[in-house]
Amino acid sequence: MNVNGMSTMRLTDRAKVVDRRPMTFLESLYLWSILKGMATTLKHLFRKKATIEYPEEKRPFSPVFRGLHVLNRDAEGRENCTACGLCAVACPAEAITMEAAERLPSEENLYREEKYAAKYEINMLRCIFCGLCEEACPKDAIYLSQTFAPANYGRKGFIYKKEELLIPHPINQREAYEKALGDRKPAVKA
Amino acid sequence: MLLALDIWFILEKVALIATIIGLSFFIAMYTTYAERKVAAWLQDRRGPNRAGPFGLFQPLADGGKLFFKEEIIPLTSNRFLFILGPALAMITALLTSSVIPWGASYVDGSINIPLQVADVDMGILIVFGIVSVGVYGIMIGGWSSNNKFSLLAAIRGASQMVSYELPMGLALIAVLLMTGSLKMSVIVSHQIEHGWHILYQPLGFIIFFVCALAECNRTPFDLPEAENELNFGYHQEYSSMKLGFYLFAEYINMFISSAVMATLYFGGYDIPFVNESTWGLSPLMFSLMSFAVLMAKVLFFLFVFIWIRWTIPRFRYDQLMNLGWKKLIPLSLVNMLLTAALTLWLNK
Repeated sequence: MNVNGMSTMRLTDRAKVVDRRPMTFLESLYLWSILKGMATTLKHLFRKKATIEYPEEKRPFSPVFRGLHVLNRDAEGRENCTACGLCAVACPAEAITMEAAERLPSEENLYREEKYAAKYEINMLRCIFCGLCEEACPKDAIYLSQTFAPANYGRKGFIYKKEELLIPHPINQREAYEKALGDRKPAVKA
Repeated sequence: MLLALDIWFILEKVALIATIIGLSFFIAMYTTYAERKVAAWLQDRRGPNRAGPFGLFQPLADGGKLFFKEEIIPLTSNRFLFILGPALAMITALLTSSVIPWGASYVDGSINIPLQVADVDMGILIVFGIVSVGVYGIMIGGWSSNNKFSLLAAIRGASQMVSYELPMGLALIAVLLMTGSLKMSVIVSHQIEHGWHILYQPLGFIIFFVCALAECNRTPFDLPEAENELNFGYHQEYSSMKLGFYLFAEYINMFISSAVMATLYFGGYDIPFVNESTWGLSPLMFSLMSFAVLMAKVLFFLFVFIWIRWTIPRFRYDQLMNLGWKKLIPLSLVNMLLTAALTLWLNK
């Protein structure tokens, strides 16, 4: 092709030269082109539908999908978190807040170490699901699961408390624990 | 004279009218459902499938929604005309069904019940007359809304309907030249005897079909209501069931025009290639079967209407007028003159 004396390079072989001739009378009735169009749509009538019927049918997530956070327990069901605050520091969206407390002698079956998170909140509206909290955590106490936050009527409902984030107890609630664990390997007995 | 009328005759007609109106509503209702389903299928989607099995209750849900919507009548509108508009649209849509023969007459000994409300001499002309009155529904609605966009859309709609009525009428004349009668029953029986009119009038049918699309405000001629551009249409100020009436009247119009096309060009309730009157069916079965055959043709046309809507884009206004005045009218004139000459020559 030659435009203004310069040869133009063709990038694909799919280019089509547009026919700029005025339409003939038959063409100007559009009948033939409309029939061609209708043949195209008729073919689509019998195609496989692209729809995924959501609540019944869910798209599989990739194994590296980063969804809702889970606060982890060890094999005896003690909370891993020591409220060190590294996750909150690592969080680029400043979505995590916590309050630390000291473990009482009677609470040794509840918390793994002598300091624990009395309060632990993640604002799911701020969270960008980057997973930096998971990377920052030295105690394997937080990880991102393969579920996402369900819809809610208010903003308050998106501030997840510790109770909502904690993984079920591995001994008392065996089934729920295994379900929450998914294809993650279970906590190693310390 | 009126007192001399047979009470059974009145009952028979009332029952027939009730059935046909009920049928029109039912078909129109499920045409909205079919529209959404076919649209979805043509776009590789599934369409409504939540309300009831296969989403079959979707039209009921839609209707219920429209009933419970807040009804707004603009303060500056003309209240009487504002309400008259959708009523007129609905009435004219329902009236046209009166002259269509819905099936072969039920003949059992001395009893003869035609499946047609009124087999009047001017038959098809009544349909055209009522359809023309239907333009007033659009005009009154658009004008009384006291909204310049409604008014513009109403003018667009009216000019479109008036322009496309001409080639439609001219295409029809060619059919009437062949049958020699305006009576719908004669038009059907002529086709049963001599073969369907589509065989003799393919061009006439195409013109008629295109004009029917325009008369029903269907794509590619849906400029009067252009949902996604041109500021909606003549029913912009309407809400609740008044809007529902306009939309519903359109679907009824689709149904009736499908029936008219089937009657005029596709042999009405006739089954092609066979002579069903020799099968020895019981009179009831015979009537029901002929009715079912007509309905099959109607449903096919309804599908084509929907299929076209979800295939091609809307015409520009000047293209619309060009097509109507410079293409369809000359073509239908040629068609009419040719038919007239041939009829004259063959009948000599």
